[in-house]
Amino acid sequence: MDSSTVGQAASTLFGVVEAVGGFIAILLIVFFVAGRATGRFQRPIAIVVCLGPALFLVALGLIIPAITTINNSLKNQQFLGQLDTKYIGLKNYTYAFTDSYTQQTILRTVLWLVIVPAAAVFVGLLMALLVDRMKYASIPKTMVFLPTAISFVGAAVIWSYVYNFVTPSQPQTGLLSEVVMKLGWSNPPNWLITVPLNTFLEMVIMIWIQAGFAMVVLGAALKAIPDEIIESARLDGASGATLFRTVQIPMIRNTLVVVMTTVMITTLKVFDIVFTLYNGNFDTDVLARQMYADMFVTNQVSRGSALAVILFLAVTPLVYYNIRQLRREREIR
Amino acid sequence: MTTTATSPAKAQRPLKGPAAVKAVRKVFSGSLASAAAVAIGLIWTVPTLGLFVNSFRSRADSATTGWWEFFVHPSFSLSGYNEVLTGQGGLIIPLVNSLAITIPATIIPIFIASMAGYALAWMRFRGSDAIFFGIFALQVVPLQMALVPLQQYYVHGLQFAGITLLPSPGINGTIAQIWLTHTMFSMPLAIFLIHNFIAQLPSSLMEAARVDGASHLRIFRSIVLPLSMPAIASFGIFQFLWVWNDLLVAKTFGGTSPDMQPVTARMQSLVGSYGAHLDLLAPAGFLTIVIPLIVFLSLQRYFVRGLLAGSVKG
Repeated sequence: MDSSTVGQAASTLFGVVEAVGGFIAILLIVFFVAGRATGRFQRPIAIVVCLGPALFLVALGLIIPAITTINNSLKNQQFLGQLDTKYIGLKNYTYAFTDSYTQQTILRTVLWLVIVPAAAVFVGLLMALLVDRMKYASIPKTMVFLPTAISFVGAAVIWSYVYNFVTPSQPQTGLLSEVVMKLGWSNPPNWLITVPLNTFLEMVIMIWIQAGFAMVVLGAALKAIPDEIIESARLDGASGATLFRTVQIPMIRNTLVVVMTTVMITTLKVFDIVFTLYNGNFDTDVLARQMYADMFVTNQVSRGSALAVILFLAVTPLVYYNIRQLRREREIR
Repeated sequence: MTTTATSPAKAQRPLKGPAAVKAVRKVFSGSLASAAAVAIGLIWTVPTLGLFVNSFRSRADSATTGWWEFFVHPSFSLSGYNEVLTGQGGLIIPLVNSLAITIPATIIPIFIASMAGYALAWMRFRGSDAIFFGIFALQVVPLQMALVPLQQYYVHGLQFAGITLLPSPGINGTIAQIWLTHTMFSMPLAIFLIHNFIAQLPSSLMEAARVDGASHLRIFRSIVLPLSMPAIASFGIFQFLWVWNDLLVAKTFGGTSPDMQPVTARMQSLVGSYGAHLDLLAPAGFLTIVIPLIVFLSLQRYFVRGLLAGSVKG
């Protein structure tokens, strides 16, 4: 390691100390000054000091940008900082739903939305049931849960060693090719550029990441079913599949739906996997990836903004449902 | 149920008939379920194991043979790590950048959100409920909606009808824009999570402190903040992993030079130039995921709590 790297690393880390230290110092000074206030000003000043920074950040980072993006989506802006922009009504939205490439992107995103949550919940639920009464359950659970901590980029790299393609006559470096060739498929395709297979293979990566989340949440819900209910159902003769279908599923139905919608929200915004693997080429593009390209690569800011608004509109009912469910559960407790 | 079933003499005698079938099936289904669980666990681990194994093989080996060959012909080499860390455009600076982004983006929201949470829970005023619900509802705004406007703000400041309302913060071209973006976007979840915890602290505690003459700010500093550690830990770990693993914000505000990129963005560039760096992908990939994995494995309990609460993050 040369000294310039060390110097640069040190100065970057010093920047962290500066930022965090500076922030805490300002906080202490403000607290000290505000703490001098007495009498009837004490309370309002305390409220402003405590709430002000959060409201400022929320306004600057979420409220104003969201309004700006909705506004941008109604214009004909192409590149960042363009001045002579005009309002063109809903043309960007009609474009999104009529342009054949974008149509394909939206359809593919819908396909992701249907398959990934269903598969992730299926694996998660299966795993939660299998380990429910198992000894040392934490070991297989951790194995399935581990990918949750791995970034989508890291996951794409990990899976590129599974999907890697080598001419069948050569020694294989990709696990999938090796396995299917051992099973007798002598001429496997180049997985990640074979349409439409590649989209499904990219979905597998997402399922791999999300299943652990589903398992943990559903496992907690299964554990929360009171023992008396399970016992009385068993005394009534229910066991195995019947117990599962008639007792356990209805008891965790709300959680099932919340997990499903949560994975949907994450899937709707999938960007990293598609972007990292083939940048949306070979017919793998999805909404969030195309939006990023429109905004920052191909100079179609307004069209990208329209896609962002579509994303927002699609997420809203899902988040609304989850929040309502969350509040209801809190009221019950 | 008869009492004989519990007597040791009877239990040791071999079971016969339907009772035996039932007992066998019970044991079998139990161990079958366990075997299936272990099998799924193994399938889930194999891809990561492949990356891990490949990262310790020499460039030539990992480029020409599959990682499973390692178990037949073990070969061990650290040259990949050496190159990835010290070579031109190596990962040292991106790793440092990731830390330099993640630390402020985790610590600063904790303070700001717990202050706001305290104000909304214990300094109730007209409209405080509306503010809490408003912030909470903002979780619905996806990050994607803020990218272009925030970039405009970092470069030109906040302008309306040609008038500059707020000057640019002067951090354009630094990693500060990345952590500031994450800080702003963490607010709804952070306030929601920490507020709910603070609101459940016993009111007798607050009243006692008030009677002793402590001001609100003093109560916050010496009572609320230390007692809220469980909620803060849950949020902190969730946020740490979220920021460390993020690519979208990093890509938007991080530029293209490795000097400015966190490790995810650098990794994405490496994969992009796939052919040239295939042999370095494994060690680089492992370095990318190892820190979140350590954090995750050591603090899993808190993470689950944060994950459950963060499940509505838009």
